[in-house]
Amino acid sequence: MVSTGQSSSLREVSAADASPTTGQPGTTGPAMTSRPVSGPAGQGDAKFVEFIDVEKMYGHFHAVRRLNLSIGRGEFVTFLGPSGSGKTTTLNMLAGFERPSQGVITLDGKSVDRLPPYERNIGMVFQNYALFPHMSVADNVAFPLSVRKVPKAEIGPRVTRALEMVRLERFKDRKPAQMSGGQQQRVALARALVFQPTLVLMDEPLGALDKKLREHMQIELKQIHEMLGVTIVYVTHDQSEALTMSDRVAIFENGAIVQIGTPDGLYNEPATAFVASFIGENNALDGIVERVDGNQCMVALPTGLTATAMAVGNLRPGAAVQLAIRPERIAGAGEHPDNRFKATVDGRIYHGDHQRLLARLPSGQVLTVKIGPDATMATGEAIDLCWRTADCRAFPAGGVPDGNTANTGSVT
Amino acid sequence: MSSIAMPTSRATISAKDHRDSLRPLALAAPLLLLLLFSFGAPIVALLSRAVYEPTIANALPNTVAALRLDNAAGVPAEPVFVALAADLKQAQAAGGIYEFAKTLNARLPGARSQMLRVARLAGQDPKPTKEAMIKAAPLLGEEQSWTAIRTGTNRFTSFFLLSAFDLRWTDQGTIGAVSADQAVFTRVFGRTFLIATLVTLATLALAFPLAYVMTNVRPVIAGIVLVLVLLPFWTSILVRTAAWTVILQKYGLLNDLLLWLGMTSDRLELMYSRTGLIIAMTHIQLPFTLLPIYSVMRSVQPSQLRAAQSLGGRPFTVFRRVYLPQVMPGVLAGCLLTFILCLGYYITPVLIGGASDQLISNFIANYVNVELNWEMAAALSFVLLASTLGLYVVMTRYLGLDLFKMG
Repeated sequence: MVSTGQSSSLREVSAADASPTTGQPGTTGPAMTSRPVSGPAGQGDAKFVEFIDVEKMYGHFHAVRRLNLSIGRGEFVTFLGPSGSGKTTTLNMLAGFERPSQGVITLDGKSVDRLPPYERNIGMVFQNYALFPHMSVADNVAFPLSVRKVPKAEIGPRVTRALEMVRLERFKDRKPAQMSGGQQQRVALARALVFQPTLVLMDEPLGALDKKLREHMQIELKQIHEMLGVTIVYVTHDQSEALTMSDRVAIFENGAIVQIGTPDGLYNEPATAFVASFIGENNALDGIVERVDGNQCMVALPTGLTATAMAVGNLRPGAAVQLAIRPERIAGAGEHPDNRFKATVDGRIYHGDHQRLLARLPSGQVLTVKIGPDATMATGEAIDLCWRTADCRAFPAGGVPDGNTANTGSVT
Repeated sequence: MSSIAMPTSRATISAKDHRDSLRPLALAAPLLLLLLFSFGAPIVALLSRAVYEPTIANALPNTVAALRLDNAAGVPAEPVFVALAADLKQAQAAGGIYEFAKTLNARLPGARSQMLRVARLAGQDPKPTKEAMIKAAPLLGEEQSWTAIRTGTNRFTSFFLLSAFDLRWTDQGTIGAVSADQAVFTRVFGRTFLIATLVTLATLALAFPLAYVMTNVRPVIAGIVLVLVLLPFWTSILVRTAAWTVILQKYGLLNDLLLWLGMTSDRLELMYSRTGLIIAMTHIQLPFTLLPIYSVMRSVQPSQLRAAQSLGGRPFTVFRRVYLPQVMPGVLAGCLLTFILCLGYYITPVLIGGASDQLISNFIANYVNVELNWEMAAALSFVLLASTLGLYVVMTRYLGLDLFKMG
């Protein structure tokens, strides 16, 4: 745990010497000390980072399409998507390693179009740590300070404080190769934070670590974020990581943001079938719309079954849809009257704190159902399943949503 | 973990460990034996000739004994001449007289024919007098000749090594410079090192940017460039040197091109000149400098350079503080390799260099093939080998280069 004493000392330093090192006097000091979690924020704070109609082409390949996104000061925003979805390209454009083919990126109200990476004052953490192997840990962390011509007398204490923050002050004389992956990534983190950037970019920083260490580092990153109030843009393809850490998550698909919202908003109200399947576990059932009734619709499943679901988007009778229902939203018989089905048990998987039941509907489709750890059901047993209409969403089947419309925010 | 168990079980394990450590050695044994007999032994045998020269002592056993009794400096008394006559007669009969005369001639110019004359005299006249011998060989009446003979009877000699540095033992028993008309080797060594340095710098200037570009283009293109660089590498050095003769000669391709471009108004003398030699050597050495640099550059992660930039490093700072320190081992290794190989160039200076561009290897070859003075060749080889090893030690010790760690 990081003690409050350490954190407050770091804040004092940030307020005191943020302006000479960041080159943005007046705006950086408060940002480092207070974090606007909620409440009214100024225009500059809500749109600290802004992408306006940003496009990136590589030859004929459309890496990023018409991206519009605002990130508030102090926010933790995650770009989540499968590989090749454009999230790293977007991050690199923000860092200055790539230039947008079209559109504008602003940082604190100013366009960064002509700003090279070394003048953007953005800290960056890479998946492969990118530590300098010929320098000691202390020299690595001192690098951003020494290139900014910070006085020597000041560098030492600031390096020590940054290493204390990641609890590696004992390792300052080691070479990166003598440390574990997790330690190296913490050094990289200290190095990206030591010069008090207003924005820190992280490109799959925990991707090379094992599961346990990754979960530990997630907590640590979150604590550092809360302590320093720094704005973080985080790229990952791990949805649980995104849900755990972020204030908001932007889901990328084929170079466009298909939905952006809070973790629970995305989980509970996915805007597309892709988001529903990418975030969390989902049962997908194909069917045809029979009737639309306000925001609800009745969907015919194979072999004569019907289900009611929340209609997402503009559905018409006869349209092919995909129903999405979370495993934990399926209950045993009698709890919800809306949708009732008979099923047979195909198998049961024990997970310790819960179990997963594979239930086969008469139509042949298999649903995953989350049940309690003590339930005992034999394979082949007949069971009843039901779920609330509000928990089941019907998406247009097969259609790749247009980035433009989905970009406008979460659908509610 | 195993270190805890070591002390108790060391005695029982060590015998087995010993056997285990010998096993890989057995696999390498054929190669080691080949190296020993075809490389190590000949080198030691040849280099030892630079300091071990028993010809004179072997040819003059009686003279050596008589000189020990004679004791006085300068031209010795009658008994030594008697002993010398006997020795030469003996050598004449045994057939070793020519080698002796040649060896003495290296120390005492003009001695060869006079010694052969004395030997003939000793063959005809069983007891030649001192005067008769001096009359046949006037050198024997001079004090410096006897200084040369006396030092020559030492089986171990520093004569050749000193000569390699244009030094000699003076008559006063101190080390001094040889006369200016005989001083040649320091200039040749200096020239060799100068040309090696120039070629090394030229290859570095070409190889560093090329290696950088190769690490930053698509692998296919890098592969093509690599093949283009290596293509001459796979061609015989003789063929390449001959090709440069075609290109560099007065009415050759390069002069045609320069004239056509209007860069020169007259045809340049590139053949048999130092410029041409350096151009040809640079071409031949380029892969040797390039490959170690390329291999090290490829191992530097691009993300490190990005990280350094995002942390505020300007391009030049990133290059100086992050990139250069990491590629420096490759640069040093490549330069050292080229420099050492340049020190031993032989065929290219012969074919392209002028008379004043001959390197130390050409002199060594001359001593081996033409003059048959293997002692001098050995001494020059020894100096060349020693300076190469010295250079390697300096590079590894003080510049932190470890060739064994190069990928």
